[in-house]
Amino acid sequence: MVPPLRSSEDAPGTYGEGAPPTGADLLRLDDVNVRFGDRQVLRDVAFAIEPGQFVGLIGSNGAGKTTLLRVILGLQRPTSGAVHLAAGHELGGAGRPRRAPLVGYVPQKVMLDPDLPLRARDVVALGIDGRRPGIGLPSRSRLALVDRLLEQVSATRFADSRVGELSGGEQQRVLIAHALIGRPRLLLLDEPLANLDLNAGQDVVNLLARLAHEQQIAILLSAHEMNPLLPVMDRVVYLAGGRAVSGRTDEVIRTDVLSGLYGRPVEVLEVQGRVLVVAGLETPDLPVVSAGARATR
Amino acid sequence: MFTGFMVNTWIVASIVALIAGVVGSFVVMRGTAFAAHAIPQGAFAGAALAGLIGVDTILGLGVFSVIAALGIGWLGRRGRHDVAVALSLVVLLALGSLFLSWNTDYEPEIFSLLFGEVLGISSDQVAPTVVLAVVTIALMVVLFRPLLFSSVLPEVAEATGLSTRAMDLIFLIVLALATSMTLPVVGALLIFSLMIGPPAAARSVTANPMTALGISVVLSLVTVWVSIALAYQWNLPVGFFVGTISALWYAVGRAWLAWTRRRRRVAGDDVAEVTVQAAPLGRCRR
Ligand SMILES: Nc1ncnc2c1ncn2[C@@H]1O[C@H](COP(=O)(O)OP(=O)(O)OP(=O)(O)O)[C@@H](O)[C@H]1O
Ligand SMILES: [Mg+2]
Repeated sequence: MVPPLRSSEDAPGTYGEGAPPTGADLLRLDDVNVRFGDRQVLRDVAFAIEPGQFVGLIGSNGAGKTTLLRVILGLQRPTSGAVHLAAGHELGGAGRPRRAPLVGYVPQKVMLDPDLPLRARDVVALGIDGRRPGIGLPSRSRLALVDRLLEQVSATRFADSRVGELSGGEQQRVLIAHALIGRPRLLLLDEPLANLDLNAGQDVVNLLARLAHEQQIAILLSAHEMNPLLPVMDRVVYLAGGRAVSGRTDEVIRTDVLSGLYGRPVEVLEVQGRVLVVAGLETPDLPVVSAGARATR
Repeated sequence: MFTGFMVNTWIVASIVALIAGVVGSFVVMRGTAFAAHAIPQGAFAGAALAGLIGVDTILGLGVFSVIAALGIGWLGRRGRHDVAVALSLVVLLALGSLFLSWNTDYEPEIFSLLFGEVLGISSDQVAPTVVLAVVTIALMVVLFRPLLFSSVLPEVAEATGLSTRAMDLIFLIVLALATSMTLPVVGALLIFSLMIGPPAAARSVTANPMTALGISVVLSLVTVWVSIALAYQWNLPVGFFVGTISALWYAVGRAWLAWTRRRRRVAGDDVAEVTVQAAPLGRCRR
């Protein structure tokens, strides 16, 4: 009995109506709306991502970042609108394991039983062929591949530890290796930097940026703080009040554009090489918040 | 002890132990121990009904455990299982007691359904057990990786196209099959202990999933063999030994895990001290 598979397997996936992506786009969202009850979380969100692009998905707590990623993954059905994924094989996936998933996903949080009989390396190996039937016999090349990925995310030290006993940041690195080992064409990461210390965060960002450019993996990474991403981001999708603006960083992170998105005056300041988005002056009680995250509230 | 009708007992009981060790590993991993407790209760009601209307016990077991599994899967399709399991458990127990009250003249048989009747396994029980075992093991081999993936990282697995709900339902059905097979041997009340004790002990002593599976099967076999020998020797219910030995494995496993964790913490403290001395402030471990 073969486990049931849903649409996304290397075939072009479209949730909702409309045509598949045209031209170079790997992923395209058309006017995606998501409503929970009477709460509209996403409103006419539309953008496209090309292979090899590093895209930051920026927004405050509750802005809808996780919801948007879940819509792209097909885990959350949009109220209206459509998500289009290009076919994987058209994109020259040399070296990609056969039948590997087109999209890789690193969720914001996972709950792992500390007693789980599973080592970090086993979790990474599940990224190669975890959804295929059978037991999966270990081979030397698989082991070497797992070791290489663990090394790339600096997880060699705890490769043989119980994954449930690892710290949040360590687990996150293991999950990044798990997502990368399948060589996805599109990698979605939900706040991967939230649990990492400054050095580890910088390492992960640099690694992802290198992969994006060397292997043409498109990366969509959510964060509430954009500064660590500024050096590597090709584009930004900025979420506030359920709406999104997207474009190159210098097109989006501007006083006029963000004021339009927030529907009220905000100011983009550069202080000592860091970008801050500050709420308008008529609300002086609001704190200065980097990346504009909580400036709306 | 190894002659005549007892040969069937050894064969069937060993197969049962093998299945319990394998399926139980996933029961513990998925946290479906409660379902593993409830399904046998459903199966028990089925067996009682089968006795009442005069059909083969194993048929009653099979039908009712699959119904129980589907019921739990269907009721629990949104969110957690436990309330659905509890409801199924209560309804099935109620049915079981009803069937029993109509069925007064088979007391020893009912006792054996509840607590196991290893010593009286007849040769015509061997064939159905072997068939069910082969089906169950085949399913577990095919499902091994996807089931592991979807148990550990359900959301990620779902994103790559593995339906969590489907895996859930398939596993409940495997559990039902394993139950209908184990119940006549270990009894409805004690299947649970054989499916939980050895795997829970095994995962305490190793972090390697395949090793844990192996240890679980070995412990399960030892449990059943020792239990049969003691039950035969002293003419006591086999379920008593299965239950206590399983619990003993678990206690030993937990003690081992607590001890290794403690030892590692002490060792880890030493390392941390060295790091603090050697590294510049910004790179210190917390
Ligand atoms: N299944 C759901 N049912 C109802 N409301 C939901 C659901 N999922 C999300 N929401 C609501 O949608 C809003 C956006 O949630 P989401 O998790 O996408 O935010 P986020 O940007 O990821 O926030 P954070 O930075 O805290 O992770 C929140 O207000 C949340 O309460
Ligand atoms: Mg989130």
